[in-house]
Amino acid sequence: MRTVFVVFMGVALTVSAIAVVVSKHRSRALVNDLQQLAWERDRLETEWSQLQLEEAALASPIRVEAMARGRLQMAEPAQYIAVEQP
Amino acid sequence: MSRRPAAMPNLEPRDVSAWRSRFVLLLFAAAAAALLGRAWFLQVFNKDFLANEGSKRFERTLEVPAGRAAIVDRRGEPLALSAPVESVWAVPRALLGDAEKLPLIARLTGRTTAELEDYLAARGERSFVYLARQIPPAQASRVMAVDAEGVFTQREYRRYYPAGELASQLVGFADIDGNGQEGMELAYNEQLQGHSGSRRVIRDRNGRVVEDLAEFTPPQPGEPVTLSIDMRLQYLAYRELKAVVESHDARGGLVLMMDPRTGEVLAMASQPGFNPNNRRGLELSGLRNRGATDTFEPGSTVKPLMIAWALDQGVVTRQTRVATGNGFHKMGRLVIKDAGGYGDLDMGGVLLKSSNIGAAKVGMQLGAEGIWDAYDAFGFGQRAEVGFPGEADGVLNHFTDWGDVATATSAYGYGLAVTALQLARGYAALADDGRLRPISLLKLDAPNPVERQVVSATSALQVRRWLEQVVAPGGTATAAAVKGHAVAGKTGTVRKVTATGYTEDAHLSLFAGMMPTERPQVVTLVVIDEPRKGDYYGGQVAAPVYSRVMHGAARLLQIPPTDLQTPRPDKALTADASKAVRS
Repeated sequence: MRTVFVVFMGVALTVSAIAVVVSKHRSRALVNDLQQLAWERDRLETEWSQLQLEEAALASPIRVEAMARGRLQMAEPAQYIAVEQP
Repeated sequence: MSRRPAAMPNLEPRDVSAWRSRFVLLLFAAAAAALLGRAWFLQVFNKDFLANEGSKRFERTLEVPAGRAAIVDRRGEPLALSAPVESVWAVPRALLGDAEKLPLIARLTGRTTAELEDYLAARGERSFVYLARQIPPAQASRVMAVDAEGVFTQREYRRYYPAGELASQLVGFADIDGNGQEGMELAYNEQLQGHSGSRRVIRDRNGRVVEDLAEFTPPQPGEPVTLSIDMRLQYLAYRELKAVVESHDARGGLVLMMDPRTGEVLAMASQPGFNPNNRRGLELSGLRNRGATDTFEPGSTVKPLMIAWALDQGVVTRQTRVATGNGFHKMGRLVIKDAGGYGDLDMGGVLLKSSNIGAAKVGMQLGAEGIWDAYDAFGFGQRAEVGFPGEADGVLNHFTDWGDVATATSAYGYGLAVTALQLARGYAALADDGRLRPISLLKLDAPNPVERQVVSATSALQVRRWLEQVVAPGGTATAAAVKGHAVAGKTGTVRKVTATGYTEDAHLSLFAGMMPTERPQVVTLVVIDEPRKGDYYGGQVAAPVYSRVMHGAARLLQIPPTDLQTPRPDKALTADASKAVRS
């Protein structure tokens, strides 16, 4: 009876020891993943704000007007009649 | 035990006194007790202090910055935006030790090797100096690629102002550390800023992070601020204002547009301005958001408000006529002058000709208290409370301080001072059928609740119809007309006060109005400060700006023209119209 108990406890000890190693490994892997993702988020955030700035610079009314009037030779129509769509 | 050979010396303990061994034992016991005591003392009494001292030597709390939130216009266009950048810093002694890579670092951070060496040597005792602040991430990664000793980067946020000069005085700016300094950046600093988080790390002697400790407070980013302005209208206002300030060599000016139905400001442009992205050589006058911080005497632009009140109070009716004679009127020691002799005028005529004599006579009928009540009801002398830093109160002295002269002059807009916001709020009340609402610089989910009914809807409409005549052919401000739209408005030409009193050669040129007359959707106020070249009358300088801004606003806000033609079912008109559109 006593031998069975000792063997059982021995097995349990080994299993739990391995479980500790596995979970520690997993936790390290997850921390690593987390850092990767945080880094990725950072990179995307940077890119997003730079794209926003770029868009704002390209869509600036000053630039749009200069291009419309200059390069595309556009002008407001001098004569027009507004009609109401029935 | 075996017996010892007889030749060996006798090792049996000699007969020494027993106290010696006991003494030694006692000494050991005392030493052990002292050690235990000391350990107990350190572990129990000094533990916290010592643990603290230990962590102080290798643990550091790093700040994790929270990005400053954006300021956007009512349609979501960014006006102020924080983008992540890197700051490069170094541990001077560690970097000085890396003589091989020092020249490369110097070049990448824009210095000569000698300069960098001096810079570091002068700060040799420190463990933190900036090498370059707020540089693009790509440049920072080139510096880090050198892999020099004791060089690190730190994430920071840099503020960009995509709208540049267009809305610079309204938006304001924040300093390099992200604290609002001017304008809305200052007014809503708390909300924008958020709270930076922190993480606790163990650092080695060279500043490298060795271990992240469990303590971590995530940063709380700030809340974006959505302004009520519409960048398309703001641009329009900015462009037209800048053009007229340049062509008339004016000291400055402002254009303020608002939606009378909600109380929201749609555009607020000021000249001179500044570029918030590059504030070197900034002039203080350019910082002022004139619409909120500057006061001026409103002059003729108050006449519609005063007459609306008089009409509403029954002091005058639509038929009332006042004699303005030959354009000169003596009242005590005051001589009131009109631009011409207009004879007898009804109220519409007083507004149409902008007769000071007519306004003064109506004012005298209202009495000092009546005029004061009118201006007070329209919100003069009460700060507009839009939450803009440095907003002015305006001046409306109590009527008990007015004599006859002050009463007469206040009827045509002298002797009181208003901000553009206050004057626009008064006009917005006239536009919104007599309902005065608080002004907002922030986009509203629901219109601001009506504060008070200043005048009845019929009186307000009557005055608006009179004001339409001002702009119509034969009025004083035909230049303010907008093709295809019914607009109403009033000119103002105000002499400025100098150290020696009112002057003949410095004026404010004003125009205030609304569109469309029957149910106004936009109220616009134009103020040009001291036009020094060419004309200076409100009808000649400010009115054309009003016309151009309103023309654009009608298009952008899709306000249907009043001369709209409904096509008949036959195709002839449609074909004609499409031809006309193409011509």
